Amino acid sequence: MEHVKTDIVIVGAGGAGLRAAIAIAQANPEIDVSLISKVYPMRSHTCAAEGGAAGVKRADDSLEMHFNDTVSGGDWLCDQDVVDYFVQQAPLELIQLEHWGCPWSRDEDGSVAVRPFGGMKKKRTWYAADKSGFHILHTLFQTSMQFPSIKRYDEFFCLDLVHENGRCTGVVALEMRSGKFFHFEAAAVILATGGAGRIFPFTTNGAIKTGDGMAMAYRAGVALKDMEFVQYHPTGLPGTGILLTEGCRGEGGVLVNRHGYRYLQDYGMGPETPIGEPVLKTMELGPRDRLSQAFWHEQKKGNTVETQWGDCILMDMRHLGEKRINERLPLVRELATSYVGVDPVKDPVPVRPVVHYMMGGIDTNIDGETSMAGLYAIGETACGSLNGANRLGSNSLTELLVFGKRAAQRAIEYIAADADSQGGAGSRSQAETAVKKVRELLQRQTGDESLAGLRREMMNSLEEGAGIYREAAGLEKTCRTLAELKGRFSNIVVHDKSNVFNTDLQQALELQNMLDISETVSASALAREESRGAHQRLDFPGRDDENCLRHSLCWRQEGEQPSMAWLDVNITRSHPGVRDYSGETQA
Amino acid sequence: MSNRVLQLEIMRYDPEQDAEPAYRTYSVPCQEDWAILDALNYIKENLDTTLSYRWSCHMMVCGSCGMMVNGEPSLTCKVFVRDLPDRVRIEPLANFPIERDLVVVLDDVMEKMQRAQLHIIRSGEAKDPSSEHEQSPAALKKFKQYTMCINCMACYAACPQYALDPEFIGPAVLALAHRYNLDSRDQGRAQRLNLLADHDGAWNCSFVGACSEVCPKQVDPAAAIQQMKIEASVEWLKQNLLPGMPS
Repeated sequence: MEHVKTDIVIVGAGGAGLRAAIAIAQANPEIDVSLISKVYPMRSHTCAAEGGAAGVKRADDSLEMHFNDTVSGGDWLCDQDVVDYFVQQAPLELIQLEHWGCPWSRDEDGSVAVRPFGGMKKKRTWYAADKSGFHILHTLFQTSMQFPSIKRYDEFFCLDLVHENGRCTGVVALEMRSGKFFHFEAAAVILATGGAGRIFPFTTNGAIKTGDGMAMAYRAGVALKDMEFVQYHPTGLPGTGILLTEGCRGEGGVLVNRHGYRYLQDYGMGPETPIGEPVLKTMELGPRDRLSQAFWHEQKKGNTVETQWGDCILMDMRHLGEKRINERLPLVRELATSYVGVDPVKDPVPVRPVVHYMMGGIDTNIDGETSMAGLYAIGETACGSLNGANRLGSNSLTELLVFGKRAAQRAIEYIAADADSQGGAGSRSQAETAVKKVRELLQRQTGDESLAGLRREMMNSLEEGAGIYREAAGLEKTCRTLAELKGRFSNIVVHDKSNVFNTDLQQALELQNMLDISETVSASALAREESRGAHQRLDFPGRDDENCLRHSLCWRQEGEQPSMAWLDVNITRSHPGVRDYSGETQA
Repeated sequence: MSNRVLQLEIMRYDPEQDAEPAYRTYSVPCQEDWAILDALNYIKENLDTTLSYRWSCHMMVCGSCGMMVNGEPSLTCKVFVRDLPDRVRIEPLANFPIERDLVVVLDDVMEKMQRAQLHIIRSGEAKDPSSEHEQSPAALKKFKQYTMCINCMACYAACPQYALDPEFIGPAVLALAHRYNLDSRDQGRAQRLNLLADHDGAWNCSFVGACSEVCPKQVDPAAAIQQMKIEASVEWLKQNLLPGMPS
């Protein structure tokens, strides 16, 4: 095994990891940053975000309004000190990206343009056409390359955290090119590995989003928080699950059922708004949880459209016209035309809800600190409780920046206060153990389980029991199935025995991570006996502020169901109220 | 949905086992709306788990899945079964060393990206962190298309000059450097000029235009390189014939 001594390890080089790396390099070029990623940074899934990044920009908007939209959008499960800090920092971080060259779309007067987004009372979503995440990622990556203190380890797959006496002392990773194992000995580790949408069969998430960082923290004894909250984006392309941005509706696209009826008005989001004149925070600009749930009801009523890929509703953008679609939504046009053969200029596009984002993740505080000293988490992999029970579209890209920077600052302080915090013999033996497990998996010759088969069963079980609507019996079944699948994992065989770019091995390790994450989703969903935001229980249909206005925490128990506990929500000034997305009160 | 069985001839190479790359053919029952990447995933899941290739987003934006499809540098998530004959040959991107199967070694272009100073360079005082630069839609349009590069490296696989001379900086990196040169917020053109105008830089392009033809994102690196040549000429004239003029 190779040993690399470094100051701070960052795992994951998407938006959050890169932002943190730059913050450290700018603050102190003497600090060695090892930026480890299982893919080249520009492949990170931040690139797939389309719509934009939220930050108060215009005179008619205010930090308080952004705060209120976020907290009510999150169904009051957001920690309000976190939301306050977020809305204050958001505009500064978006301007910082502007200074780094992000090609934000512009108004005629040369200022950065903003667009409307679901659940937002004002236009405050900064965008770069419909490739906002792509441009943010490339801007950050290209900017990061000028700092010699950031040393990249591209295509290194992290296996486990190393920790000693309650402090995180590094990570163990596998170099994909060589099959060599590396022990990174560090004073602090920042996890920025993204979400785990791939645990579901139908997702907007890329193949790489397998929850590796969440699983590493979970195995190291850190709690995962609010894992029951899984966001379905209401408008994915059927078949592939490819995202069609909320920007489609922000620009004026409407959703209709098989009768051509704008059904959202039947689900507390009416009255109907004029076609082509979207009204903020109502109808098609309601929040994602409500829109996805409305689809489920329409499907039950038989109002959806049957397609070769299953039931869909239709998103009609024809009235926007070719010029506007080309200017604002060029990628959407390309994707719809290529993957379902429908040109949005000419025809309504079939869409359906699709797993998109995990509100839950590694439990952190406002500084990105976890319960383990020296371990931080940022971005989708973390749950710093900005997003509560339902994230508002365009808050997550900004979250990467705001908390990427803040956690970096905190980590710098931590290593300065305790320079001698690197691990010793205990860490080395832990690293050896992590490597031994992988070697055994690679060398195992017999077994009758297929990797793809187990993965498929895991996905289907989650979809069945822990989808848009849930109930106890289904969740219990999913918990049992997942436990059984974890057992069967010991019978899979990695057929590829090569040391060079062994994706068979990588996928087995990813499946192991996903099985860990899956059980936290189903166990947390079973434990939360209410309906709030993205978590809807048919057997507990109402929100229960009396008993359930609290975060769930989920700890791993070897060979058993995870253990659960609860944590208070930090409510500073906004007390739970009605989430009102009807047009009547929006004046 | 209609199915069609495609014969996929895939170049396989494991440096630990094989003296040289060889083709292996797989029969894959494809749906007509599949991208060729879906067919590769079918093989990986059902026929041969040892096949190695890169992919992630399956929506034409992460740039991972660049390969040669019937000799054309392509994003495999963007090439559709419906547009292909029954027999399809898939190879790693040309002009790069093969790491394993369809995975190529990208060290060279990554190093070139680093060298090309692909970031905003400002001289003088730092901009107030609470205010943005003004940039008109027209000023944005000047460089916008060059920001669309997803680094899939298809253009390097198509470039005859890169095939002859691996020192050549190449289309994507030149287009990205040009993107910063054209950005109204940037003042680093002179710094990048030194790097790009030397013998490995823009002058080495033989202007075949293959890069622009294969680009899956309709970026036009060939145009960027031509514009850079003109700029470099003007710069040379200024420095050598009209000394004293600000560059």
